[in-house]
Amino acid sequence: MRNKEKLVEILLTLIGLSSVTVLGLIILFIFKEGLPAFAQVGLWQFVTGTRWSPGKNLLGILPMIAGSFVVTAGALVVGLPLGLGCAIYLSEFATAKTAAILKPTIELLAGIPSVVFGFIGLTLMVPFIRNFFGGPGFSVLASALVLGIMILPTMVSVSYDALRAVPPVYREGMLALGSTDWQAVKMVVLPAARPGILAAAILAMGRAIGETMAVIMVAGNSTIIPTSFLDPVRTLTSNIALEMGYATGLHRQALFATGVVLFVIISILNLTARVVVRGKTR
Amino acid sequence: MIYSSKPVPTKPEQRPQAGRYFLRAFPVLIFIMIALSAMLSGCRPRAQTARGSITVAGSTSVQPFAEMLAEEYAGRFPERPPINIQGGGSSAGGRAVLTGAAQIGMLSRQPAEAEKELTVITIAHDALAVVVHPQNPVHGLSSDQIRAIFAGRFSNWSTVGGTSERIHVISREEGSGTRTAFDELIMAGSNVAARAIVQDSNGAVREAVAQDKNAIGYISLGLVDNRVKAIEVDNVKPTLANCRAGTYTLIRPFLFVTKEKLSASGQAFINFVLSDDGQNLLAEEGLVTDNQ
Repeated sequence: MRNKEKLVEILLTLIGLSSVTVLGLIILFIFKEGLPAFAQVGLWQFVTGTRWSPGKNLLGILPMIAGSFVVTAGALVVGLPLGLGCAIYLSEFATAKTAAILKPTIELLAGIPSVVFGFIGLTLMVPFIRNFFGGPGFSVLASALVLGIMILPTMVSVSYDALRAVPPVYREGMLALGSTDWQAVKMVVLPAARPGILAAAILAMGRAIGETMAVIMVAGNSTIIPTSFLDPVRTLTSNIALEMGYATGLHRQALFATGVVLFVIISILNLTARVVVRGKTR
Repeated sequence: MIYSSKPVPTKPEQRPQAGRYFLRAFPVLIFIMIALSAMLSGCRPRAQTARGSITVAGSTSVQPFAEMLAEEYAGRFPERPPINIQGGGSSAGGRAVLTGAAQIGMLSRQPAEAEKELTVITIAHDALAVVVHPQNPVHGLSSDQIRAIFAGRFSNWSTVGGTSERIHVISREEGSGTRTAFDELIMAGSNVAARAIVQDSNGAVREAVAQDKNAIGYISLGLVDNRVKAIEVDNVKPTLANCRAGTYTLIRPFLFVTKEKLSASGQAFINFVLSDDGQNLLAEEGLVTDNQ
């Protein structure tokens, strides 16, 4: 009896560890494949170089680093207020019936493949931006809009759960003191749910920075540092996905090195975000 | 009362409970085993997949034509092993043949240094068409003008006789067969400007040009349709006749590469492609073949 229990425990532990092992192996592999490029190009040259032309051995990924940051920031500017507003409405103002319809609908949004978002962006947003704002249409703006919508489900679901987790007595206490609904939300519910909302923002950011397919279709993928919202842009993930099929030798290593840089950036962002969340909860 | 509120009631003994955990873990275990075995078997490159099918992999420019040929081949010789066409790009195609992952590679450019040891078969030639929006008044450019536009030296259509609008240059990703051919045939050592928009397929370039009346791009002549306008280059219209006559010079080869020893069924497919029937099919789809 006891032995069997022990056996199952060990098995489950191994299974639990397997995901960590897989992560470890992936990291090991990316670094093994990417580090030679750093050695050859030079870490500083690789990260701060502004020209990317693998055929001529010019391997600088600063435009793509800038691209990833700008596009992700833009997506958050679009997605965070929309998502949070939606979550507040669902949790605090919507009737049970409306919420029962809206919530699954928003979650359904998460099930739409990214290539579909990209295609809609390509056929609707890109021409719209070209006609109304000028430029080629393939732009930071198009990517930010598409990504902003793509991160909505994450943003809404996670912050909705955070808002729901605030005990009803908090609201009731405020209302009993004579506040309006909005005052109760603004002064009590939102501050109480802040860690959860921040967590939602972090998850949404992770989704935005990692998205590839939809961005490739609407961003234009030029290797320049964007100076306007109407400029085309290439992100780190797009750079890898666009060229991996063709790359050999140093070019291939440079793409893995791009992956290493992306990995480091995401780790730093996640860590900072975690520290911020922890700081805010105290 | 206490017993009835227990979350896992049914049977009092502990045995089935432990078994239940195990049952839950079981699919996961099986999945891990399958994944592991897949990884292990992946280490050994196999030329032949199930049912002895032939894998043809490589250039996405050649892919649609190869797919058409494979379909036709399967229709005519249903008893022969099926032909399995995969994309991935010219370089991936060359690599797939070298490692044995595919028997036939498709290239839309001249073989690179590493691919020199392979047997090269030219199945057809493809012309590159420089395309603009149908409403663009420009109907022809010299190759110098095209080079200047793609290098970013000319940035306004008025410089080359068009309306006073910014030129939106649309190129392909570095390494693609179409891009490599364009670099060789037009750019002659100059760089395509970093500002150029990069789309990842012929179809995406065509879509982008069809949408934007200030855009210019380049695609396979066979893929030009009425949504875009193929312009004259150095005063020569991009037509199949001009390609055959040798007056239109933006031409690249479509190649099959194989290892020296090719299976009989692989050779049979290549023979079909090179036969009059196969060549006529390619010509109908807009490629330049030798037999006419």
